[in-house]
Amino acid sequence: MLRADLKIISDWMPAGARVLDLGCGDGTLLAHLQAEHRVQGYGLEIDPDNVVECVARGVNVLQLDLDAGLTQFEDNSFDFVLMTGALQEVQRPDQLIDEMLRIGRESVVTFPNFGHWKPRFTLALKGTMPVSRALPNRWYDTPNIHLCTVHDFENLCRNQHIDITRRHLVNHAHRSTWGMRMLPNLLGEIALYQLRRRSR
Amino acid sequence: MDKQLPAESVGLVQPQTLHIEDPLPLDCGKQLDSYNLVYETYGELNADASNAILICHALSGDHHAAGYHSADDAKPGWWETAIGPAKPFDTNKFCVICPANLGGHNGSTGPGSINPKTERQYGPDFPVVTVRDWVRSQEVLRQKLGISRWAVVAGGSLGGMQVMQWAIDYPDKIGHALVIAAAPKLSAQNIAFNEIARQAIINDTDFHGGRYYDHDVVPRLGLMLARMLGHITYLSDEAMRAKFGRDLREGRINYGFDVEFQVESYLRHQGASFVDRFDANTYLLMTKALDYFDPAAEHDGDLAQAFKPASAKFLVVSFTSDWRFSPPRSREIVDALVDAGKTVSYAEIESDLGHNDFLMTLPHYVRTLSAYMSRVADEVNP
Repeated sequence: MLRADLKIISDWMPAGARVLDLGCGDGTLLAHLQAEHRVQGYGLEIDPDNVVECVARGVNVLQLDLDAGLTQFEDNSFDFVLMTGALQEVQRPDQLIDEMLRIGRESVVTFPNFGHWKPRFTLALKGTMPVSRALPNRWYDTPNIHLCTVHDFENLCRNQHIDITRRHLVNHAHRSTWGMRMLPNLLGEIALYQLRRRSR
Repeated sequence: MDKQLPAESVGLVQPQTLHIEDPLPLDCGKQLDSYNLVYETYGELNADASNAILICHALSGDHHAAGYHSADDAKPGWWETAIGPAKPFDTNKFCVICPANLGGHNGSTGPGSINPKTERQYGPDFPVVTVRDWVRSQEVLRQKLGISRWAVVAGGSLGGMQVMQWAIDYPDKIGHALVIAAAPKLSAQNIAFNEIARQAIINDTDFHGGRYYDHDVVPRLGLMLARMLGHITYLSDEAMRAKFGRDLREGRINYGFDVEFQVESYLRHQGASFVDRFDANTYLLMTKALDYFDPAAEHDGDLAQAFKPASAKFLVVSFTSDWRFSPPRSREIVDALVDAGKTVSYAEIESDLGHNDFLMTLPHYVRTLSAYMSRVADEVNP
């Protein structure tokens, strides 16, 4: 059973697309896309255990560091460039998103929304850094160095002339409700975006 | 006697010789009218001959990749770590075949073999062979052994170059290409090291223009120097520091030019023992094959274009401490394969030793190879 957010992304994906998955983890999404959508995919992953897992699943995995840049990939060489849940872990999310849009005709980014009411509540009332199912690590052992909110992300897109072609907010169980569509920054726990470079 | 061989080894093995009378055309324009290919096999070929793995050896390797020639052997074959029952190249599932390359020192026809035309050793008359020539001869071996296609062709270093050439030259005869600790071509620095090694051999007074066999000598000092130099490039700075540091053999400085530091003693030992088992003319030939390898050259330097005909699935592996063929060199291969739209995975193994790490049993390395090979095993019939 595919995680619900991955299921949503998978539904956005046309059959036979050429896909680059940044921070592909154990290859779950790519394996699903290969089997169900016949995509030709490559995953980038830095963790050795995940690399072995991808190889065992028959997913094309390249052991590379996202922070080292993606200059080796040609402009528009992929139909889709994906990054699920890694945005907040990289050194420069703004530059990486630019690179995604250069390499892919379409890009998909997902991240935990720090504007959700629970982290806001924890920080405001308890005065401690939030720990939740969407943000499971404690402040000292978290890989997250650039947490942001839905508003922050959309401001960045505006400043970088990026068109948001799809937006979807879900909770930690990866379900979506009417409330999340109305108040995404307050009620959405995980944000999913499809992006495209604004044509000039 | 009757020493117990390790259970995880293929055990006692015997080289086999295939004599071939059909001429083999070579890149240099010459041909070998007839030649021997010496090889070893480990594991059984299945009914439809689809479970064969070709192992390509590196500069100082040969056909003896695994197992022991006698119970008294001090050391097993050169890739014992990866070939054997329940090892990554699992001889319970695959038939692993390792030939010695032409021009080699103790197996297939080489400069020390008798030239049928002159009835003396080839010596310097042995033609300069290339990676592509070796692959052509390995294709002859495939046909003679009745193998439908190689399930896998695998090799490290110079062996990895042969693997790439296989994928390019005989795309329908190779299922998977395992390119380990290799490079798409040598750098100027790599060639420079090779040239010093060759000069050391050629300028040894015992070299006699490559006809040293006739004088009953070997260019000992030259070959020794070549190996000492090569050995430095196989080890990382950190590995040498960890192994020797600045340790002194006698615990004090003697203000002289004899061996003082442990590292000097080690290198001299490596050099000296190499002379006893290797041939100087072969060393010259192997380094030339390395220098010339450059599949992108015929495509205006476009490696992706060179890989276009390939249909094999690739696994590329590099080692972080390898400075001879460093990870960026492997990434050039990977980038070209991605550009060409090929199926490829790439693992960069955290390591300490250097280039020679491809012969070791680093856990991440072994797990990657095993995970890959168990998928291949699922594709072939038992």
